[in-house]
Amino acid sequence: MSPRPGFVLEVDRSTPPTLMWHGEGFRLERLPVGTRIVYGPEPIAPLADPDAAIRHALDHPLGDSAPLSTLLRPGMQLTIAFDDISLPLPPMRAPDVRQRVIEAVLDLAAAGGVDDVVLIAALALHRRMTDPELRHALGDRIFEAFAPHGLLLQHDAEDPSNLVHLGLTDHGEDVEINRRAAESDLLVYVNINIVAMDGGHKSVATGLASYRSIKHHHNVRTMQHSRSFMDVRNSELHTSNWRMGRLIAEAGVKLFQIETTLNTDQFPEQLGFLQKREWEWTIRDRASFLVSSTALDRSPGELTRKVFHAVRAPHNLTSVQAGAVEAVHESTLANVHRQQLVEVSGQTDVLTMGLPYICPYNVNSTMNPILVACLGLGYFFNLYRGKPLVREGGVVIMSHPTPWEFNPVHHPSYIDFFEQVLAETTDQFEIESKYEESFATDPWYVHLYRTSYAYHGVHPFYMWYWCAHALQHLGRVIVVGGDRAAVRRMGFSPASTLADALEIAEDVVGRDPSITHFHAPPVLLADVT
Amino acid sequence: MKALQFERNLPRFAAARVASAVAGSGKGVRVGPLELVEVDALPMPGPDWVRIRPRLAGICGSDLATLDGRSSRYFEQLVSFPFVPGHEIVGDVEGGRLDGRRVVIEPVLGCEARGINPPCASCAAGHKGSCERIAFGHLRPGLQTGYCRDTGGGWSAGLIAHESQLHEVPEDVSDEAAVMIEPAACAVHAACAADIAGGERVMVLGAGTLGLCVIAALRSLCLPGALVAVAKHPEQRRLARDLGADQVVAPEEQRRAARRLSGSLALESDNGEIERLTGGVDLVVDCVGSADSLQQCLAVVRPRGKIVLVGMPGVLKVDLAPLWQREIELRGAYAYGIEDRPEGPRVTFDLALELVRDARLERLVSARYPLERYEDAVAHAASAGRRGAVKIVFDLRKAGAGSGGPGTEQVGGPQAARTTKEAK
Repeated sequence: MSPRPGFVLEVDRSTPPTLMWHGEGFRLERLPVGTRIVYGPEPIAPLADPDAAIRHALDHPLGDSAPLSTLLRPGMQLTIAFDDISLPLPPMRAPDVRQRVIEAVLDLAAAGGVDDVVLIAALALHRRMTDPELRHALGDRIFEAFAPHGLLLQHDAEDPSNLVHLGLTDHGEDVEINRRAAESDLLVYVNINIVAMDGGHKSVATGLASYRSIKHHHNVRTMQHSRSFMDVRNSELHTSNWRMGRLIAEAGVKLFQIETTLNTDQFPEQLGFLQKREWEWTIRDRASFLVSSTALDRSPGELTRKVFHAVRAPHNLTSVQAGAVEAVHESTLANVHRQQLVEVSGQTDVLTMGLPYICPYNVNSTMNPILVACLGLGYFFNLYRGKPLVREGGVVIMSHPTPWEFNPVHHPSYIDFFEQVLAETTDQFEIESKYEESFATDPWYVHLYRTSYAYHGVHPFYMWYWCAHALQHLGRVIVVGGDRAAVRRMGFSPASTLADALEIAEDVVGRDPSITHFHAPPVLLADVT
Repeated sequence: MKALQFERNLPRFAAARVASAVAGSGKGVRVGPLELVEVDALPMPGPDWVRIRPRLAGICGSDLATLDGRSSRYFEQLVSFPFVPGHEIVGDVEGGRLDGRRVVIEPVLGCEARGINPPCASCAAGHKGSCERIAFGHLRPGLQTGYCRDTGGGWSAGLIAHESQLHEVPEDVSDEAAVMIEPAACAVHAACAADIAGGERVMVLGAGTLGLCVIAALRSLCLPGALVAVAKHPEQRRLARDLGADQVVAPEEQRRAARRLSGSLALESDNGEIERLTGGVDLVVDCVGSADSLQQCLAVVRPRGKIVLVGMPGVLKVDLAPLWQREIELRGAYAYGIEDRPEGPRVTFDLALELVRDARLERLVSARYPLERYEDAVAHAASAGRRGAVKIVFDLRKAGAGSGGPGTEQVGGPQAARTTKEAK
């Protein structure tokens, strides 16, 4: 049976309670009659032979690129850059798609007599990956062949000796990227696309760039004009990256882009109920839900976190395309849309969403309040094409515990941002002008980014800017079940229950508002007309 | 007349110490050596002494330490029992050249009050707080009024004071403002002791009465480049900001805030928590005086930076390795006298009066109690921060005699029914 497409359900009296993520737990909520629930399509069928598909893509590139094997020759410098720990979510079962693709590339490189090969994790301003994380992404064979010899690198956006300034775009944007990648005879970029924002020119122009370069598109103005940043054609974030990508090409960087898409099979069998529509839950699903919920409720927070972060998704490869960036990305987007697009007619007054334990920036870490905001107002709010699901002046209700809790190793500047900056103001333009530079250049954050496992000092700013479009658009943001102090620190309204939240929302949108619930998983992209 | 008297009673002193250690500060007063008693008027030690009838008398952190049995044995030879506590006093003079005037008392009992002539070098230089004859002369030992058997103290219906201790209070200054002059003078002295040139990064630990006054004094008398207050409770945070702190952080945020402010690197524990800075702020003013606060100061002050200890310490166990290795200057700031100001020498109390006026420090007086309710008053003072209060005072005025300060709460006693607004 072929997977069913996404659809919009209207809640009636017979609709069972709806499952919502609530951080490291779940809530079953009975939504008001008349509420629309947007369900994403079921996971589409994976490629039958992913390794063969990868080899085929490398041999049959898109756009004006030659097959990879013809680009490889003895004596050349080859750099293979790959997406970092932020993708995919949750981390996938071994073998990771990066391992499959890079093994195929390395096989061709070996066959072509290429000796000088370096792998680079394209961290941008993210934290460095640990050895176990690298080993998981690349597999034992690659890790053992490269890491001990210093040939498995992690991009360092603060290492001036290993950055090269390629010039300014016609908009005056600095393009500064990893020197090894830029000066290699061939740069192969291995991407994973789990949402439409990923990939394209953003892979190199952001993933291998410096703060000097990234700040041109990771800023409040750009984010307010990215409507949404999941829609490349209407995203200023992407427009800027595309300008940079073209300049990178004009500067002589030879790039062979490999992009992959995954289906939305995100959770293993024991959490299979997450992937199903509630009225189709079997007795086994109900039992799984009850057992999981009870166990989670009774477990200490640290254990719950460990359990969730140990989840390995059974994601499967649905497409792989390689060659020239723009042609490749067009095909990638078509495949992302094939999996995630849902048609929705009209906007809503109130948009509800349950937020999970994980986002791209807390893999094996803590979901701190800024990341909660970013996941809800950055990612989920922006998962639309056309118009936002919620009308201008409407309300977003997010369900998440939002603990006032940070991982000091991974997110040191987040703590200071939350304690010191948000205590002063939540205004994004004020924050950007008054505080960003000092955080971005703080020698302590630079040190931790380079030598420990810390996100760059400026990263919490970007996460806050990620919410810019939503915060400009919305009348109010309400968090159900969140730490009240943390919620208020961000300028949001706390509510104990969904019913309370809906009552608070009526102060903004009036009585009997239209309500739409963004149901996840599976992840979806709402095509709102 | 009525007075709260502190006896030398070792068993009760020990009981207070145990009670405060077990149940918290202020809890020792019920079992300790403080009692409300009837006392006779004190004899005058000399011709320049006058009687004072207190209007308001504050409860200070050092008073609480004494009542809790926490104060250092260092003071044993600097006090004489039984004494009547209370050194933050505004009252009316009976006799002498200021007869009938309202005054605040500069409580240090230096050479002049002790009838010692010529005065010691410190007193001669105007540094009465550093008097080298503090246990000698025609008074029994007592570093201040409120710790000396011969002078009495503010927690009573009457005491005596040497005329050199008196500062007349202008008519436009309320009793509540006047009672803040003594703590403000301590803060002024601390700010002057900090001796900063301007532009320094300064952190103030503690936001009780003393901490808040220090913030106001630093803002008024110095030109800190950045002034960060470390405050535990919401009302303290609000007041700290209002009195001039550029940034107010919670105690657990202190190291991170100092690091951010100074752009320092830091040494971390394995779990990423900052243990101490390698650089740090230029000056830390410790208005707490505990081992923990001093250790915090040492963790955040830069090499060759300065710590000014204003809060009264006791016996502390502190690792001084950073003090040694980073050549940190640690100096105390006690009491008042004459301050070297750019405009010339100034009497600390005069500067304090200006500060109280400019910063409207009368707003720090949160509640007034009659002497009879001294247990409640002490309990309130001991938990002031938690209860959104700052300065707790005894109100010794007859009903209708005084003016209530803005926002103060009259608790019990003959004035119980008179609210602040009504008083105004």
